[in-house]
Amino acid sequence: MSAPLLEVSGLDVDFALGRGWSRARRLLHALRGVDLEVPDGRSVGIVGESGCGKSTLARTILGLQAPTRGAIRWRGWTVDPADRSRMRSMRRELQVVFQDPFGSLDPRMTAGDSVAEALEALEGVTEAKARVHRVAAALDEVGLDAGFADRYPHELSGGQCQRVAIARATVVRPRLLICDEAVSALDVSVQAQIVNLLGDLLRRHGTALLFISHNLAVVRHLCDEVVVLYLGRVVERAPREALFAAARHPYTRALIAAVPQPDPRLARPALEHADTPDTRPDATTSTGCAFAPRCPLAIERCSTEVPPLESAGAGHAVACHRWRELAAGS
Amino acid sequence: MSAAPLLTVRDLRVEFDTPEGAARAVSGVSLDVMPGECLAVVGESGSGKSQLFLACLGLTAGNGRVSGSARLLGQELVGLTERQLNACRGTQVAMVFQDPMNALTPHLRIGRQLTEGLTDRGLLDVSAARRRALEALIAVGLPDPESRLDQYPHELSGGQRQRVAIAMALVCGPSLLVADEPTTALDVTVQAQVLRVLRQSRERGLSIVMITHDLGVVAGLADRVAVMYAGRVVEMAPAQELFDAPAHPYTAALLASVPRIAGAQSDRLAAIDGQPPRPQDRLPGCRFAPRCLQARDVCRAVEPETMTTDARAVACHAPLRQGWPS
Repeated sequence: MSAPLLEVSGLDVDFALGRGWSRARRLLHALRGVDLEVPDGRSVGIVGESGCGKSTLARTILGLQAPTRGAIRWRGWTVDPADRSRMRSMRRELQVVFQDPFGSLDPRMTAGDSVAEALEALEGVTEAKARVHRVAAALDEVGLDAGFADRYPHELSGGQCQRVAIARATVVRPRLLICDEAVSALDVSVQAQIVNLLGDLLRRHGTALLFISHNLAVVRHLCDEVVVLYLGRVVERAPREALFAAARHPYTRALIAAVPQPDPRLARPALEHADTPDTRPDATTSTGCAFAPRCPLAIERCSTEVPPLESAGAGHAVACHRWRELAAGS
Repeated sequence: MSAAPLLTVRDLRVEFDTPEGAARAVSGVSLDVMPGECLAVVGESGSGKSQLFLACLGLTAGNGRVSGSARLLGQELVGLTERQLNACRGTQVAMVFQDPMNALTPHLRIGRQLTEGLTDRGLLDVSAARRRALEALIAVGLPDPESRLDQYPHELSGGQRQRVAIAMALVCGPSLLVADEPTTALDVTVQAQVLRVLRQSRERGLSIVMITHDLGVVAGLADRVAVMYAGRVVEMAPAQELFDAPAHPYTAALLASVPRIAGAQSDRLAAIDGQPPRPQDRLPGCRFAPRCLQARDVCRAVEPETMTTDARAVACHAPLRQGWPS
């Protein structure tokens, strides 16, 4: 069996808080012991609330943030920023689309130039004719006709900007596309267009996807596997069907229950355990399960001992001391 | 039996001067808000849903023009002076905005922000106002309310600040609360808490206008729904009926395009092709016609009138639901 496209193992990312001499003493653990695999051609969703570390994870994979501990392997090669030629070839195969459709495009570059810049920087395509052709093909693939190549971001709507950002990321045919909340800023009808576009691109080219989102319904639509993060730790990981039909972690259940459903008959008041004190435990001091202070099922052990990530079925893993009781009761 | 509406909006229009000509943000909206009900106003960015109610509260930006009528408890709001508006803001109608980070003044304690509306109007003295503020914080379910009064906004999380903003809106006892995307910036679990606070306030008799793009939020709270598209109300119906049998093709398409957390799944979402017209665009017919799968020639030529039956209204030449004259 060949190595997965992307492998993250034991990843810790700490941020120093405070100033001066106290800086080294107070650490915020943004990610703690995160393991993650993205096999070639598969789509993996990362979900969690604000502050759970999902964007830090994306930034660390992209090399925008140095890991404190742990390793990131790309096609079996341990990512090493000092090896510039391999970093360069990895960047060509690993592309990203961010949340803010306006902020991620240079306001002084036309849509065509933005896409061409990626082509030039990553593939060294400088011949004008080839470049124009590839740019037009990339824009066409995201549903923008050739006329859009000459437009500036301010002449485009949010959905169109996001299409340009996707064209810029996919023009070099990456093996893995990372989307960090890429559809969160869009209106519902436009969001559906972009979700469909991403789904089509993945199917057509067999691109793998790491889709980071707080929107569980979109993740359910796009991803084969879902990873749930809570305060920097993976608390559950499961194939899509298993996660949405039989979530094992109380946090995952609360998260799913809290999503308002577009049907008054289903819009029951969110379960009591979804309703929790929103003072987050201080990420720097807590021992035990990070979710314990909010968890309706917490027992003494939960606040003293960190639950390990255990297998709970095919491809399903959960980090909870009481998942077996929860599974038996469901 | 039909009580008099709390808020009556008739043919309200909001226009902005732009270099490309007048942009019509709201073009002729009429609706009623009944006492004790929650009306959801649904639409995408630029549909005019926020501008409609900003105009009702006299908060339209300086380059905007408002015409038409908005009567609150019988009093005309359009054209009032700032002084007259201030007399009814807070005490009769209050508003909660999307961003809980910017809704509070960073350098004033929570207690001061909650009480200044009461003391500045001379409604209550300082200690009575503080008691009222405490009650308001208890009502929105903020943990540890007493110590919150002496805290600053930065000491609270986003969900807590939004609940303080709701408490601040309710402290002078308005009859109508306009909530503009109050949960959009919040996590789902925190959103659930804020929605519960709004639900409880309505049970205590408050009328709520909920402006949102999230149909899930609408389903959990609203009695009636008004769907806006490009500055017009295209459909109005009781919530359950709207979700069961949408009459306007836009409503139906919007419902179909929402990804679901449960139930059957297909490979593709039912997206609506194209995008809404810009407010400066002039279309002769129905504004949804260019994106509508049911559009006929008449739709592209003539703007549809609003047709009304007992509880529902729809502005479409070819409504989807049986029982409409067409």
